[in-house]
Amino acid sequence: MNPNKKRLRRTMMFLNAQKPGLIKDPYIYKPDSIMLDLEDAVAENQKDAARFSLYHALKSIDYHGCERVVRINALDTPYWKEDIRCCVAGGCDAIRIPKTECANDVKMVEREIEYAEREFGRPKGSVLIMAAIESARGVMRALDICEASERLFGIALSGGDYTKDLQTHITGTGIELMGARQNMVIAARAAGVQCFDTVYTDLNNMEGFRQDVETIHLMGFDGKSIINPRQIKVVHDIFTPSEKEIILAEKIVREIDSKKAQGIGVFTVDGKMIDIAFYDGARRTIELAKASGVYKGDL
Amino acid sequence: MINAVGRDIPEEILEMTGKEVFHGNHYYDGYEYKKDGPVTKCVINSGGSKLMDSIHDVLVKCGIRDGMTLSFHHHFREGDFIVNMVMEEVHKMGIKDITICASSLGKAHDPIVPYIEDGTITNIQSSGVRGKIGEAISHGKLKGLAIMRSHGGRVRAIETGETRIDIAFVGTPTCDEYGNCRGIGGKSDCGVLSYAMVDGDHADKVVAITDCLVPFPNFPAHISMTKVDYVVEVDAIGDPKKIATGAAKPTTDMRKLMMADYCTQFVVNTPYFKDGFSYQTGVGGASIASTISLAKIMKERNIRMKFGVGGLTKPMCDLLINNQVDCLLDTQDFDLDAVESVKDMKHFRISAGEYADPFNKGAVVNKLDFVILAALEVDVHFNCNVVVDSNGMITGAQGGHPDTAAGAKCAIVIAPLLQGRTPAICSDVTTVTTPGESVDVVITDYGIAINPARQDLIECMKDVDLPFKTIEELRDIAYSIAGVPEKVQFGDRVVGIIESRDGTIMDVVREIKPFEFSEEI
Amino acid sequence: MEIKKPAIAGTLESSDCQVTVEAGEGKIDFLLDSSVINQYGNQIRRVVYETLGNLGVDNVRISVVDKGALDCTIRARVEGAVFRSLEQTENLPWGGAIRS
Repeated sequence: MNPNKKRLRRTMMFLNAQKPGLIKDPYIYKPDSIMLDLEDAVAENQKDAARFSLYHALKSIDYHGCERVVRINALDTPYWKEDIRCCVAGGCDAIRIPKTECANDVKMVEREIEYAEREFGRPKGSVLIMAAIESARGVMRALDICEASERLFGIALSGGDYTKDLQTHITGTGIELMGARQNMVIAARAAGVQCFDTVYTDLNNMEGFRQDVETIHLMGFDGKSIINPRQIKVVHDIFTPSEKEIILAEKIVREIDSKKAQGIGVFTVDGKMIDIAFYDGARRTIELAKASGVYKGDL
Repeated sequence: MINAVGRDIPEEILEMTGKEVFHGNHYYDGYEYKKDGPVTKCVINSGGSKLMDSIHDVLVKCGIRDGMTLSFHHHFREGDFIVNMVMEEVHKMGIKDITICASSLGKAHDPIVPYIEDGTITNIQSSGVRGKIGEAISHGKLKGLAIMRSHGGRVRAIETGETRIDIAFVGTPTCDEYGNCRGIGGKSDCGVLSYAMVDGDHADKVVAITDCLVPFPNFPAHISMTKVDYVVEVDAIGDPKKIATGAAKPTTDMRKLMMADYCTQFVVNTPYFKDGFSYQTGVGGASIASTISLAKIMKERNIRMKFGVGGLTKPMCDLLINNQVDCLLDTQDFDLDAVESVKDMKHFRISAGEYADPFNKGAVVNKLDFVILAALEVDVHFNCNVVVDSNGMITGAQGGHPDTAAGAKCAIVIAPLLQGRTPAICSDVTTVTTPGESVDVVITDYGIAINPARQDLIECMKDVDLPFKTIEELRDIAYSIAGVPEKVQFGDRVVGIIESRDGTIMDVVREIKPFEFSEEI
Repeated sequence: MEIKKPAIAGTLESSDCQVTVEAGEGKIDFLLDSSVINQYGNQIRRVVYETLGNLGVDNVRISVVDKGALDCTIRARVEGAVFRSLEQTENLPWGGAIRS
């Protein structure tokens, strides 16, 4: 398995691949991933030019460990296959498929990626996939989509198109997204992949944004698509484990590691029995704490 | 001759100006001299009025002639009408070889460029020049040398008699017929007349120009009738919309917010950040944002500011409104909130001399704990350039940059690492305006560098979680992204000098010449 | 590669550059207008010539209006203009003639 499949992705920041001023140094804001966009942000008559800009950005800019995802054009356009050739050749880490409706969409992209990996001499499986779900049909097939490819690391809700399809709109309350969010996060967990929430477009309402992030954090999402670096700190703060959570996670990891080494299968923390199922969660808490810069321990 | 910041000042310039090269900030400390005074024409007759009918009449009355020095202030900034209106008349009268001594010149004064070209104006002394005048000087159109000096340096030059002003033109928002000038009221309210006060004290003739004549006495006067020879009423002295704008909206640019946050974190972790500290900041987005975030921390930690200085904007005046500062010392008001704040009892007007003059018995800048500044370029010696752009064109002004940096205990310069492709942190600035010995910290979007001369600051930051780097590291990052910049291809002729606060020569500015490609590809 | 018709790529926004190509007169004619010409004029010319060399274009009139673009952007705009001129949008030689 590609070791990056499970990496931390609290913030995935959209950037127009055609704008040199935007793509030159987004890493200074420290998002976990950037999503270089060839789709909606790029005008129809600039699709060709955007690819050259993207290719050289991927080749020559050091993104300092930010994951580089490319959003390609949708599968019903004439652009997506060349998009894939370009970004695989450039060395992207992952490809985001827009408007994913079914498992076959993922498989089609996977096939093109494989061709491109071979053409450009990249190891098979080095390019990951994420699928954006933007329709009622996509939401209903979320589990199929999640299980369509070994390369797929996660699914993301795209709220704008989805709410149109549902014959409603973004209200700011989240009520119109409830079902999709719930369904998608369940599907993702069932398939063992990650799940990401839609963008929040009102940059002037930071309080509304914060509430939105708190909601999806509690729902179990792994992160959120964002449109501006101002949103990064809010997400990272909310996803930062509390000191209490970190201490508990440390105890769980230490207890299970040491008992396992001794061949003991019963674990207790603070006098309470705990299950082996707590282990992965505790590990994740430690990783989050590390990424957030609040972990001072040695695990 | 090589000066203290490593710049080679040509001998012929030293000869022509009679100046010394820069020897370091404290070279003139303790120097004694007798101040220059104005030629004064007494008014003893009772009653009377100083009102004149027109700029033309007042020029005649003042005995305008070739070779005179005329002075102006820049409190109306890009809304100023005074310089153009006076120079147009001077030009019409066929006067030549005028020296303009202005506290600053901007784009508003583009219309006087033809007078530079035709020899009406042959010398310019200013804090700096923006717009077309800067281009004209850089292209060698000014016959004499442009002298760029700081706000404090200007007062020094006038008080020592190095610059003798024949006629000072003081645009004043309100004035009475006997010459009592106030910076507030009227149509062109600018709050204060700080930069013009030294002109009032030292010019042989002082002419007040107003568009709001009020009954005598216009008290308390900011420039007194005792110094004013004539008063002229005109339709408009400026465009109020460009004199003081509405307060700038706090920036939403994350890059600036990030630098502001680094700045605030740095400030609060120095030993100077304690009850009773003093502070000055500029008008850039990052400076304003850092004032706002600093105010928040002051409130949380129950720390009061003793005094704030400036160049004032809304966030500084808000500190007064919110009772977080004892008083404000004001030399210039950038927005309507600052103009309004002048009415507050704890908002004091100070002269440019009180503010920054290195040749008086102590200026306010000497009592500053912090100053937050910007720069076009900072080099690995911490020298700053705020006047000449990276293509060699004169585009900015020293303002109070060298004065406050020299005076403050902690001078912080905020600059994005790259301005477009141009590295703000470089090996050698194009032109030195503020010496590295004055600059303690440089904050960029890529990291923070403390001047190695400030081991005390380095020591107190060692456990602080900020992205500290050496200044060389910052330069290397900039060069790795943008490429190593080549030096500007100047012509030979020196068109201007950058004067240090004490009147010595910090650097020279040469004529621009068209770029030529190197031979090989 | 032979430049067939005039083509343009890029914008005049800060950090971008606009590149125009048209059929040449048997050689490379290079015109540059740059906000950073003093610092990077030679570098920009080097990158443009190198990119044209990679593409095998040696007969072109190319003009660059630069607003402080990094090398990677200059390459992208030169290639963008050249391939537009050839009207080729698919099966592009990524990693071949198109390279950093």
